[in-house]
Amino acid sequence: MKRIIFYIFLLITSFVLQGTLFKTLSFGGISPNLLLVCVVSFGLMRGEKTGLLLGFFSGLLMDIFLGPFIGFYALLLMYVGFVTGFFHKVFFAEDLKLPLLLIIVSDISYGFLCYVLLFLLRGKTDILYYFMHVIIPECVYTTVVTILIYPLCLFINHKLETDERKRAIKFV
Amino acid sequence: MSPIVKRKGERFTLPGKYLLFILTIICCTLIAVTFASDIFNGPLNFAVSYIVVPYERGVSAIGMRLSQRKDELISIRELLTENEELKAEIERLQDENTRLMQDKYELNNLRTLFELDSEYESYKKTGARVIYQDAGNWFSSFIIDKGSDDGIMLDMNVIAGNGLVGRITMVGPNWSRVTGIISDNSNVSVTIVSTQDNAIVTGDLSAISNGFIPFSQLIDSDNNVSVGDKIVTSDISDKYLPGILVGFVSEINNDPNNLTKSGYLLPVVDFEHIEEVLVITDMKQQITKEDMNKAKTADSQ
Repeated sequence: MKRIIFYIFLLITSFVLQGTLFKTLSFGGISPNLLLVCVVSFGLMRGEKTGLLLGFFSGLLMDIFLGPFIGFYALLLMYVGFVTGFFHKVFFAEDLKLPLLLIIVSDISYGFLCYVLLFLLRGKTDILYYFMHVIIPECVYTTVVTILIYPLCLFINHKLETDERKRAIKFV
Repeated sequence: MSPIVKRKGERFTLPGKYLLFILTIICCTLIAVTFASDIFNGPLNFAVSYIVVPYERGVSAIGMRLSQRKDELISIRELLTENEELKAEIERLQDENTRLMQDKYELNNLRTLFELDSEYESYKKTGARVIYQDAGNWFSSFIIDKGSDDGIMLDMNVIAGNGLVGRITMVGPNWSRVTGIISDNSNVSVTIVSTQDNAIVTGDLSAISNGFIPFSQLIDSDNNVSVGDKIVTSDISDKYLPGILVGFVSEINNDPNNLTKSGYLLPVVDFEHIEEVLVITDMKQQITKEDMNKAKTADSQ
């Protein structure tokens, strides 16, 4: 229960910060993809089911406010969360390389899919431009932000897990 | 045995891949449904408007303050050197100012005479504050803090300063989404004021990073359109009110077909720093079925 409330709070907060605070702190009009960071880091820490549910709901939030049609970002982020969930098997709390690598790969593939589905299909073929001016800058900025946010997520996840373990013992 | 069958004494859990499959189908249905209609907009907009929007409002105020502080820090050094130069310039400008005041007086008189702005001024407008900008980096839309409760309706035009910003593309109870004319999925029908030729302005992500918006399909066989000409929204647009300033021609080229021209225009609105906008609450007159029937009966009589 506590965890669900925390997830809701996390998603709304990162969605709000992404469009307000980080838009004003953007470089060249590019802001980091905070929701992706949340989805990937919790997908990695908790497994594919958490990843895909978080991805679905964060995408839905984006769809309602900004999406071209409802369900588009939800579908995209859901698959990102699901795939990163598979890496839960090789997850170690001390390891920072894996989450960073996952963020880089997933942000680039997320951006690439956005480009293909929203731009290429409308005949905008200048792929190099979009790569150099949107996808790569967003990826770099997101990775930098991840270095700051990921330890925080790790800490909160650890707190929640010890709390849940205590409760489970109490029940028995 | 199927993994989703409930065994005795075990909590029911759905494996991830089944959940993924179900949600994928839901998403695809939603995309298909919203592509064709907008029945989900009502309830969903209502649901988020009481949780997310107040939060956005608060945080955007903080963010604005932070960005101002950032700008302040950057500008202090520049300001010191600038201060010296400016002091010298004040002297010169004061002299010029007195001369210009006289000109302005004359201009105002002329304006009232010609009533140049009369149409522009006559639109009813309402102010709104930008509380959220597009979280992705692909399109250029933003959320304002007024919605259907304040009388905002779909397709109302939005201006800032004295130029066109875009139009309302989604309305919630206390928020609405504005899609900018620079957004990659937006098209506006415009008129070149000097020649009354029509063209289409299309938002483009790669052009706006240089500060321009492309326009195309300009028919100008007499070569009368030149750089610096004023561009306003056209009479034939079905979403935009006529005569709203969009920008000025900055580059013009012949298309390969030699019939039409295309080029770039410089928008009058600073799209990077939009904080407050004006929503024009007058709508472009739409022909309803009733009007059509009336016209038909009038014809037959």
